[in-house]
Amino acid sequence: MENLEDLKIQTLKAIDNATDSKILDEVRVSVLGKKGAITELMKSLASFSVEEKKEMGKKLNILKTEIENALETKKEALATAELNAKLEAERIDVTLPIRPENQGRIHPVSKIYEEVVSIFGEMGFEVAEGPDIEDQFHNFNALNMPANHPARQMQDTFYVPNPESADFDDSYVVRTHTSPVQIRTMENKKPPIRIIAPGRTYRSDYDATHTPMFHQVEGLVIDKNITMAHLKGCLYDFVKAFFELDDIPVRYRPSYFPFTEPSAEMDIGCKKSKTELKIGAGTDWLEILGCGMVHPNVLRAGGIDPDEYQGFAFGVGIDRLAMLKYGIPDLRTFFESDVRWLKHYGFLPLDESSMTGGLSNNGGAAR
Amino acid sequence: MKFTLSWLKEHLDTNAGVDEIAQTLTGIGLEVEEILNPAKELSGFITAKVEDLQDHPDSDHLHILKVNTGKETLQIVCGAPNVKLGMVGVLAPVGTLIPAFGEKIQVGKIRGVESFGMMCSEKELGIGEDHNGIIILPEDTPLGLNIADVLNTDPVIEIAITPNRAECLGVRGVARDLAAAGLGKLKPLKISSQNNEFKSPINVTVEDFKACPTYVGRYIRNVNNKADTPKWMKDRLTAIGLRTISPLVDITNYINYDLARPLHVFDADKIKGNICVRMAKEGEKFISLEDKEYTLDNQSLGICDDDGVQCLGGIMGGAEKGCTEDTCNVFLECALFAPECIARTGRKFQIDSDSRYRYERWVDPMSNVMGSDYATQLILNICGGEASKQIIVGEEKCEPKVAYIRPERIKNFVGIDVSTDRIVEILTKLGFEVSVEKDKIKAVSPTWRGDIDGEHDLVEEVVRMVGLDAIPAKTLPCDAFPKQVLTSAQRRVITVKHELAARGMLETVTWSFTDSKNAEMFLNGKEKVALCNPITSELDIMRPSVLPNLLLGLKNNIARGYANVSLFEVGPEFYGRKPKEQNLVAGGIRSGQTSKKHWSGDVRSYDVFDAKADALAVIAAANGPFENAQITTDAPSYYHPGRSGVLRLGKNVLAYFGELHPNVLKKFGLKQKVVAFEVIMDNIPLPRGGADKARKKLELSLFQPLDKDMAFVVNKDVRAIDVVMAARNADKNHITDVRVFDVYEGENLPEGKKSLALAITFQPLESTFSDADIEVLMNKVEQAIKAKFDAQLRDS
Repeated sequence: MENLEDLKIQTLKAIDNATDSKILDEVRVSVLGKKGAITELMKSLASFSVEEKKEMGKKLNILKTEIENALETKKEALATAELNAKLEAERIDVTLPIRPENQGRIHPVSKIYEEVVSIFGEMGFEVAEGPDIEDQFHNFNALNMPANHPARQMQDTFYVPNPESADFDDSYVVRTHTSPVQIRTMENKKPPIRIIAPGRTYRSDYDATHTPMFHQVEGLVIDKNITMAHLKGCLYDFVKAFFELDDIPVRYRPSYFPFTEPSAEMDIGCKKSKTELKIGAGTDWLEILGCGMVHPNVLRAGGIDPDEYQGFAFGVGIDRLAMLKYGIPDLRTFFESDVRWLKHYGFLPLDESSMTGGLSNNGGAAR
Repeated sequence: MKFTLSWLKEHLDTNAGVDEIAQTLTGIGLEVEEILNPAKELSGFITAKVEDLQDHPDSDHLHILKVNTGKETLQIVCGAPNVKLGMVGVLAPVGTLIPAFGEKIQVGKIRGVESFGMMCSEKELGIGEDHNGIIILPEDTPLGLNIADVLNTDPVIEIAITPNRAECLGVRGVARDLAAAGLGKLKPLKISSQNNEFKSPINVTVEDFKACPTYVGRYIRNVNNKADTPKWMKDRLTAIGLRTISPLVDITNYINYDLARPLHVFDADKIKGNICVRMAKEGEKFISLEDKEYTLDNQSLGICDDDGVQCLGGIMGGAEKGCTEDTCNVFLECALFAPECIARTGRKFQIDSDSRYRYERWVDPMSNVMGSDYATQLILNICGGEASKQIIVGEEKCEPKVAYIRPERIKNFVGIDVSTDRIVEILTKLGFEVSVEKDKIKAVSPTWRGDIDGEHDLVEEVVRMVGLDAIPAKTLPCDAFPKQVLTSAQRRVITVKHELAARGMLETVTWSFTDSKNAEMFLNGKEKVALCNPITSELDIMRPSVLPNLLLGLKNNIARGYANVSLFEVGPEFYGRKPKEQNLVAGGIRSGQTSKKHWSGDVRSYDVFDAKADALAVIAAANGPFENAQITTDAPSYYHPGRSGVLRLGKNVLAYFGELHPNVLKKFGLKQKVVAFEVIMDNIPLPRGGADKARKKLELSLFQPLDKDMAFVVNKDVRAIDVVMAARNADKNHITDVRVFDVYEGENLPEGKKSLALAITFQPLESTFSDADIEVLMNKVEQAIKAKFDAQLRDS
């Protein structure tokens, strides 16, 4: 039976030395095949006595199991090694760039629109709209700016001729502000009124800080007990929410607009340096919007009794808000369709604005 | 409006400094735009005399000076062309900070010669624009004086005047406002009547009292217009940016800014006959003092003599009868002109002047006699001469404007309590005649205020004097639980923008205007809406389509090296000139390739199907009928006739899409293909009963669907969609999807034929399909297609 021990040592050694599954299989056949060593020994048991057969058979079975296990283990090891070699051969450079994907952008003007709507929506303002080409009644007269009013000249109006009348006062205008939407709203709706009117506005002016088209959002609140204190509260709440600050210094200066009285301009506190503008702190002031209590003549023009109702109005530049909040230096670049600019200053398509979810920058990183 | 501190103090008795004055001005509605305080910047500069002047040996324009400061003599190298031996100038010794450069003077070596300072120009000191030479001071100026004590360093304050505050276009009005705000006392005006016995040889008649209610004239003889304008007046006028011309002109300019009181002076010897204030005759000529000729109409008010219109009343004087330095007899005009007449004529002929600016807003109707006396007083003092009796045509009068204010109204309107006493005090200081009645206060406007019509105006006066800071901020009462404020139409515009951005397009915003030369091709039956006064010829019409501006954007991007461009804009297009004749359009273009070249090879050119996909995506994002929309091939002529389409619901056009016509691209100078779409948002029907957002119930089959391919040979002009629909409709219950996976024409097919390969999804409903079931269904498809088209099933 010393042979058995030799057989075991030799076989295990052969298994261990097998370098691929083919050689391993040859080892298996040489031991466990039809004519393999163990198979042959098994066959030879027939010539042994019962006692011997039993003892010998047991030993052979143990040996067989041992070898089978060794074969199995080696087989797995070889398979793993072969797979590893195959995978290694499949290695590619994953630092190669991804397939091209084009990620679009939302223009800052649209983004500010969404932010402003979110904020004022929370305060119950609806969004009103009106045409870009207006008649002079809605753009001027109804807003307490009769013909020859000096404020009309300050507005550098674009005119569109009216073929039905040679009278200059009948020509149409490309609206100089979104204030005519106030009148159109009052014509169609009874107080209480709470609207904002965002949109395109036009003035014949073109330099570093003016473009012939720009965007404005107008606000109008009409009710029985609305005072200038509400105006201050509403606009303070707005700028605080818009600039996403816990507090912001504000200042009001008396001013003049034909459609409001008293009228004021609102400044916000900031810190100006040659290279930077920081909103919300510092000793400088930055003009941000015009506002005032609605002039009784405007209420009358809208069919509302000024002895019963009163309220306030305000107007703010959407592009200007974008420039201040997002640090965009030049107004003219808003309208140039420069893809580099749009990519840089634009917003991700999933960057939705809400008061509770945040106004911006919650849509992930730009690619 | 600009004025200097000393000028203000002529009218206002105050100890306040520039900063406090500025703060108050802004606080009461006279917004300070700029303060120029030259003295602040000028430290270290001293007066010094040039005592020796030698040419620089190595330069043809530099000089070497020996300059005496009273204490020492310094060597200075100087390049100014106007330097002279013996002159007194302004020296910046070593260590002086030069405001214009923001740097300190150091000992320098200029072409080998040492220099211990610099002789300065006005510009270097920041007190003027003159950079042509160094400042030359009077020869008797003491040496070594601080320059702030020698030069005019009166601080200049510039404020913005709103159109309602015409009286503040004069320094006195500003002073009165400051006094009312508690910043000192308004000094009385010292103007005395200048009437003499002798009568003016020139007479005045007024034909149109509506346009010119009052005309005060006066003849002044033997004036000397060569006299020097006094230094104080010169300094003030220069400081506010006016050129001094001659004493007579300077005096009228000065009073215009001092009292907001326009005047005009004629050379009396040039006036032919008498003066007549009348409307010009149609076509009458007028040559302004700027030597521009105007052809007047019969609504332009002229100040005329026998030769015609010599002055456009209240707007601008004429070239011919004005004063020169030889003028010796003058006729002084101080008149009132109606704002409407001034505004109309000024606007019609586009003449801007300080005088028009004031008349158009409001000139105190009671200031004609006074203004004439004031001007006479100054003329006599400066130019000498003898004044005639005043000619007054048209009574000087002003209807008293009465308004009432209730303290309670301030409380209810503005939200603050202001006592009756305080209201009375404020209004009185502003010049109102005030009397307290039972529960209200009566206020009669001063004649210099034309803007007070009612209680709201008085409220504003009180509020700006009390200060807006006094008003508390109260949060607007709001619903505890906010509701949706956007309409469905507004909401879907936002969704559409985000959809297009998510599809890889960049949103842009372009002008609502465009260039008629380019846009002509885009009219598509719309009216061309031209502006009367475009800002440039490239922006002369309201755009009939969003595409031309996008194409310009594309062109500019290509020029910058970015040729793969996907741009969209959601904005108006205009089909008529009347209000509301506009559509909201979501339009876009794609051009170039999907990306720059890439190792994956996964790059292709944009084609018409990208534009079609964009258009359908917009309609779908707007919750529109993107599956039911019909497709026709009659897109406008700016599209490629064979590669474009229209998505529509019957007559209602939802969208155009396609390649743009090569002629259009040529016009824009574009060499690469462009695909475009325009979705007319206003034409997409809004869902009915918008509030119900419940979806249709999802029915899921238990059985796996089966895909089968079938190819048909049909005539080339058969539309793919019609074949697909025929297949689909062959058994609507069991056929859930039909896709075209191959289109082939050419070899192995007869001329004029093409093969359309369809992948059809069959969905079992009750049990799995047997082979026979499938055969029946495929047969149905075959029959349906053969019934509609001349079609052959291809063997697969």
